[in-house]
Amino acid sequence: MKKEVYINSIGSVSVQKTFDDSAFLEDIVTYNDNAIKVVDPNYKEFIPPAAARRMAKGIKMSAVSSQNAMKEAGLENVDAIIVGTGLGCLGDSEKFVRDILDNDEQYLTPTRFIQSSHNTVAGSIALDMGCKGYNFTYVHSNLSFESSLWDAKLQLATNEAENILVGAVDELVNHHVETHKFIDHIKKEAVPMEDVLNSGTKGIVFGEGSHFFVLSNKKQGSTYSRLIDMGIYNTLPEEKISETITSFLENNKISISDLDGVILGNNGDVEFDSIYKNLGTSLFEENPQLVYKHLSGEYDTASGFAFWLANKIFKTGKVPEILRWNNLPINNPKRLLIYNQYRGKNHSLVLLEKC
Amino acid sequence: MSELKQELKEKIIEQLNLEDVSVEEIADNDPLFGDGLGLDSIDALELIVMLDKDYGIKLADPKEGRKIFESINTMAAYISAKKA
Repeated sequence: MKKEVYINSIGSVSVQKTFDDSAFLEDIVTYNDNAIKVVDPNYKEFIPPAAARRMAKGIKMSAVSSQNAMKEAGLENVDAIIVGTGLGCLGDSEKFVRDILDNDEQYLTPTRFIQSSHNTVAGSIALDMGCKGYNFTYVHSNLSFESSLWDAKLQLATNEAENILVGAVDELVNHHVETHKFIDHIKKEAVPMEDVLNSGTKGIVFGEGSHFFVLSNKKQGSTYSRLIDMGIYNTLPEEKISETITSFLENNKISISDLDGVILGNNGDVEFDSIYKNLGTSLFEENPQLVYKHLSGEYDTASGFAFWLANKIFKTGKVPEILRWNNLPINNPKRLLIYNQYRGKNHSLVLLEKC
Repeated sequence: MSELKQELKEKIIEQLNLEDVSVEEIADNDPLFGDGLGLDSIDALELIVMLDKDYGIKLADPKEGRKIFESINTMAAYISAKKA
């Protein structure tokens, strides 16, 4: 018999002060930019200085968010660590390649190479907690986090593991921003936070963040929600999206009207936000709609922020006004659907129910 | 020699990301490894590369590094001798 999958704890470092668990988007960090960095916690409280000096930004952020998630779950160790990242520790990868070019392939030092691989984050966390279990990193563009979630869900449902630490992390690096501005995937102009989602220009505001969760097949006092189901679709023609979502919900014996809200991945790219807007005026017309990428920025694992957000909403029963996309009332929601896509590809659905 | 020692301290802090250490905190005779600055084997590799890249000195036998990298004094003496 398949077991249920619960989200027992959360941890996040993002452009907002999400590392502070005592508040929930009460003090919004605003910006006027096209690339936005996380609010740094005091890393020294989480990482010994000798270790921190070699750590890439993605590892530092993840040390904080994973430790917070583990602490809340009341665990010292887990059966598996699964991390999703689109770009890995790209900052050190860039530096390493730059060293190769600048030094004519001579004088290469180990530190940047050690830190530059995609699986550095999952590996570092495992080393820190002494976890010798399953350790996996999914690098699937903007389905990286969902792929990790999927793997964890399957392992927990079939009782192959009891507690799994699942993460989503990506860091902002200048070269990536510059090249993506050049091809209009990142906005060329600075945009104030309040205008991002209605900017009417091509590209996104790039962000970064790290979000970790302990998923378990055992419910406990700290449990936030139950992962009812999820879906991943690499390619999905726009005319098939409504039908796919409806079918996904029907498979779970849920109708659109049973959803207390939908969390949409609008990112302000005039070329692709029409997908969300069309759903908002058709399939989800009667549902309260929430958006978040004006707060988090867009990056491959930004949907990890949405996952954190949904769970935080369940726990607090509050929906901050800054998340509201339409005016339909939403109060203490019990069931939320997260829908995400990037540039019309890699669609994902995550259905959560409050516990 | 004192200029070289100052330069070495600055380079070590920058290249080994010793964010919490200032030049003034490194005494010329402080051990760089172990109880002193607490550098490790990866740092030793970084120092070998630094000698080669910045001073044109190749360590043929990495075991030599143990004595050369004992302190700022020993590093400066080794570089000065090689460049003389």
